[in-house]
Amino acid sequence: MEGGKEKDAYTKACGIIEMDSSDLKKLGAWRNTNVRVTSKHGSVVVKAVEATQGPHPGLAYIPMGPWANSVTDPNTYSTGMPTFKGVPIEVEIAMNEKVLSSVELVQKKCRGEI
Amino acid sequence: MTKTIPDVVCPFCGTLCDDLEVEVSDDGKTIVDVYNACAIGAEKFMHAQSKDRVKRPRMQQPDGSYKEVTYDEAVEYTAQMFAKARKPLMYGWSSTSCEAQSVGHEIAEKAGAIVDNTATVCHGTTLIAVQDVGIPSCTLGEIKNRADRILFWGCNPTHAHPRHQSRYSIFPRGFFVNKGHKNRKVIVVDPRVTDTAKMADIHFQIEQGRDYELLSALRVAVRNEPLPDTVAGIPKEKIYEAAELLKSGRFGIIFFGMGVTQTLSKNHNIDEAIMLTKDMNEFTKFSIMAMRGHYNVTGSGQVLGWQFGYPFCVDLSRGFARYNPGETTSNDLLRRGEVDAVFVLGSDPGAHFPISSVKKISQLPSVCVDPHITPTSEISKLHVPVAFVGVEVGGNCYRMDNVPIDARKVVDPPEGVLTDTEFLTRVNKRLGELMGVA
Repeated sequence: MEGGKEKDAYTKACGIIEMDSSDLKKLGAWRNTNVRVTSKHGSVVVKAVEATQGPHPGLAYIPMGPWANSVTDPNTYSTGMPTFKGVPIEVEIAMNEKVLSSVELVQKKCRGEI
Repeated sequence: MTKTIPDVVCPFCGTLCDDLEVEVSDDGKTIVDVYNACAIGAEKFMHAQSKDRVKRPRMQQPDGSYKEVTYDEAVEYTAQMFAKARKPLMYGWSSTSCEAQSVGHEIAEKAGAIVDNTATVCHGTTLIAVQDVGIPSCTLGEIKNRADRILFWGCNPTHAHPRHQSRYSIFPRGFFVNKGHKNRKVIVVDPRVTDTAKMADIHFQIEQGRDYELLSALRVAVRNEPLPDTVAGIPKEKIYEAAELLKSGRFGIIFFGMGVTQTLSKNHNIDEAIMLTKDMNEFTKFSIMAMRGHYNVTGSGQVLGWQFGYPFCVDLSRGFARYNPGETTSNDLLRRGEVDAVFVLGSDPGAHFPISSVKKISQLPSVCVDPHITPTSEISKLHVPVAFVGVEVGGNCYRMDNVPIDARKVVDPPEGVLTDTEFLTRVNKRLGELMGVA
């Protein structure tokens, strides 16, 4: 994070979704498969990894960053704070899609290309 | 030969560790190594040295690429943007010094801007709750010397504040807790089995978003009133056991983080946590503290507080200070399209705001003042690199417990690179000329 957000290390650290091994099994995905995460508010491709701080079946975790913010709920309910946590999502395997870098992702989303 | 600079303050998280030692080359220009810091803090110091660092402002071209411009042109663009804008947003103010924040607020008063800091997506809801019910708090030193009951709620300091536990909360030997962690009992509430939870005596793996219920249940349990069989996925026996454990301590502290501020219920979660602290004071001494994350975000709240009376989202567009979370907060303003220019300093909304807000920033005249290349700098119309505060320039900053500390300069910035205070002062002067005020 402090090493440069345009670098690969940031994508590897934050362009992921941590899923419980039972959820990965249900999805039929191997560890480190690219998946598409979709919520009511958007969609993004990230890499599915096994939960490092689990078990937490039914719960998935995307670290703070532009990937998480592509699917979070922007509604603040008059507090100024978007509802970053507890967003219902769907996960599907997207083996052939690429996890974009933070800068690419934000630029493409802003230009309306994805 | 190298020389070692002692007692350096780390500019990464709100813990502001002040015992770093930085080894610099003899000419004082490069950092050779950093001692005592956590991995993230050390990385911040070393990143300032990276070869691919941007050293001059860059203006976005119509095709989306960036072209280098001079600082004079950057000052002119920024001042013109403020002069033309009817309601500009000035966001960020965390990775910078209180001195720079103060100059920024002068600009905001001239331009009729809205000043909001990163608390808006961090502990903003905490600040709302504090206004609702007050806050019984203390300093980190008191926790180190006295606390024997530690409750981490919705925070994971092992990853986010790596040295917090070893310096203040779990491991250090204090005056009244002279056996260190053996004197302390730790409770962690988190829906995941975090690395902090792995160190705890009791871990409540709470159902996501049920913090309000569990906090209420604890308030019931400390009074020995009846509870339903399970609350938020936790059996009632465990809740009674935790309540007894907390009551049996001599000095307790609740640390809370994004797990409660960003989930639904938001400020009401914190209200309840503060009320639990108040209740606990019937039995023993208890305090509560927000795990402020971002370097000097606490300082921004302080400076805004003493200058305008409000800790974040201060609206100066009417010529006097207004504050109304939900109306004058960055994400609400951006989503509703109510601002016509965006100025970002020392923060990265491009990565940390919901994408719908980021899209709005990219469509507006925008300036990003940041030493790093970030998603924000890459969608802004102008990117102004500045010296790293806390590494290449000193300045005052506030720790998470509201203790002010002077950060120390370690090395010189690259030649010709301005500090953020210098850049803001020049913008302020030029804006004064444009608007015909001193």
